[in-house]
Amino acid sequence: MVQQDGLRQQNGLKPAAMAIPKEGYFKLEKGRYGPIFPRTPINYGFTIIAKLKPGREAAMREYGNLIEKTIREAPEALAVLKLHSLKWVLFDINKETYFMYQGVFDTDFDKYSEDAVQLFTQTGITTAFVNLEGFPDDWKTNAPAVIKFVREHHHPSFLEYGEYPYATADEIKKALRLKQAFSEMLDLMQ
Amino acid sequence: MIKDAERSGILELNDIQHFLITRTPALAARYEFLTFHKPEQGRAWLAAILEKVGNAKDVGPHAPDARWVTVAFTWNGLRALGADDASLATFPEEFRQGMAARATIIGTTGVNAPDHWVGGLANLDLHAIVILFARDVEERERCRFEHRRFLQECGVEAISSLDLEALPPYDYAHEHFGYRDRLSQPVVEGTGEVPTPGSGRPLKAGEFFLGYPDETGVVPLLPKPEVLIRNGSFLAYVRLQEHVGAFRDFLREHGKTPQEQELVAAKLMGRWRSGAPLVLSPDKDDPGLGRDMQRNNDFNYKAMDPHGYACPVGAHIRRMNLRDTGHNMERRKMIRRGGTYGPPLPADAPEDGVERGIAAFIGCASLVRQFEFAMNVWVNDPHFMDLGNERDPIIGTQDGTYDVTIPKRPVRKKIKGLPAFTTVKGGAYFFLPGITALRFLAAGAREATSR
Repeated sequence: MVQQDGLRQQNGLKPAAMAIPKEGYFKLEKGRYGPIFPRTPINYGFTIIAKLKPGREAAMREYGNLIEKTIREAPEALAVLKLHSLKWVLFDINKETYFMYQGVFDTDFDKYSEDAVQLFTQTGITTAFVNLEGFPDDWKTNAPAVIKFVREHHHPSFLEYGEYPYATADEIKKALRLKQAFSEMLDLMQ
Repeated sequence: MIKDAERSGILELNDIQHFLITRTPALAARYEFLTFHKPEQGRAWLAAILEKVGNAKDVGPHAPDARWVTVAFTWNGLRALGADDASLATFPEEFRQGMAARATIIGTTGVNAPDHWVGGLANLDLHAIVILFARDVEERERCRFEHRRFLQECGVEAISSLDLEALPPYDYAHEHFGYRDRLSQPVVEGTGEVPTPGSGRPLKAGEFFLGYPDETGVVPLLPKPEVLIRNGSFLAYVRLQEHVGAFRDFLREHGKTPQEQELVAAKLMGRWRSGAPLVLSPDKDDPGLGRDMQRNNDFNYKAMDPHGYACPVGAHIRRMNLRDTGHNMERRKMIRRGGTYGPPLPADAPEDGVERGIAAFIGCASLVRQFEFAMNVWVNDPHFMDLGNERDPIIGTQDGTYDVTIPKRPVRKKIKGLPAFTTVKGGAYFFLPGITALRFLAAGAREATSR
């Protein structure tokens, strides 16, 4: 951690890569729900890979439209998660369909697990997960089981790279706002 | 009756131990930490002390009911009383493990770690706590002798104890550093209590008592059997030593005049020692505001003090209740109880080395979601609110390597290497059963298998 923070202070604009041990962390540090995964040049994130229940592909794809609509109508709907990006992917292995949820965000997942689950419930992400094998039937009343499912299906990266390492979404948005304001100011000076 | 209550969500005050709902006019207390060598001894003790355990309907500040005893058990204690394995396995993992095993998660490390704890609190043979409240020290001593004789009769051993006394002056609650206490407490729906301005709406009972809908609108998955858990709560107990000498030295080091010293104390807490919140009175103390319960909690941060110029972002009260700057705050509230122990250190006296502090309980429905979250994220995460290298200045685990930032125009003030003003001397997780559940435990806890 000291090394990462040092890197951050050194130069936020100098690209950085981090190779990560198989376990997903350098040293076991216990969080409330399991090991804490380290901050990397792209901050935090997870890659959930789970098998889709047979015949659920169309239902799952429909959630793409639902989330798009949710964000269009309420752009701040996922703000709590401090996300940089999300990718939802469906792919086949041996005629079975798998779902990959890859998120990059600025908060240590363990610390805000319950907030994430609550948001998943509010935005319909949890009901998308119902199409996945092994997702707890009692997800509505059993948040710890949802958190357990996410952790059990998380595949830690063994390499992460950041072109602008350790920058948070807030910092990037501030920089973009500044650029926009500066650009408007220049326009006004014409 | 249970089904009726479930439908209506009516709080069964006559089946809930009074501890988390009503306060008694007690100026003294004694905590005794017990171990049961044989299940039948523990059950005999419980069966007999049950008549002294009061409920939240009948015990209160002005009620004549003097059943002021509170009883709670560790997971090992429930097992030692004879609860069956199938039931025990349904309790949450953090409770089964106990606080000592979760020390790195809640951040009680270094000199705060369980291997330094006193009173046998980290030991697996800690089975129960009994809390004896008394009007005064004399009455406490009477209870103490009576209970000791009673323990001997039952063959139950007290592995340690702690005597508590309110600090003078007795007309308001405060702790050894001198801060007014009990200013911000959640109100539970169904108790009839009215929240003070700024304290938010009453919260669903399921946030604190098992068997009721919580803020999600449903009854969460609970341990079994229902007779054991209904109307129960989880308690996190923490014995927190306060280093009054070090605290006063720090104030003197960073404040030239008494007024400056008071401001430093206020910046660490977020309130003046009188209780007046910095957001409402940023530049000077206002004791009238501090004692006025209709005004002293009526403020927020995002709208009134977004940058922390009045109340620093890392101040104790701004961490423990984020108000309008936090998410899902209604899911993170806890009921605080407890009191002060040890003699007060006179204002002009140097540190005398005598242990003094607060011995507090945090009542909640989920230790991992409420208590452990607060300790892990709000108290001890150096990156809380992007501060980078700070922990709670009052109760955080400090080892001289963290800072405290006081936003100020034109230039902020940063104090590096904050010393520790408190040390965790012990802690434990308890389950505080309802009255029916206590009877069930006293009777052997065995019809549990018909879940």
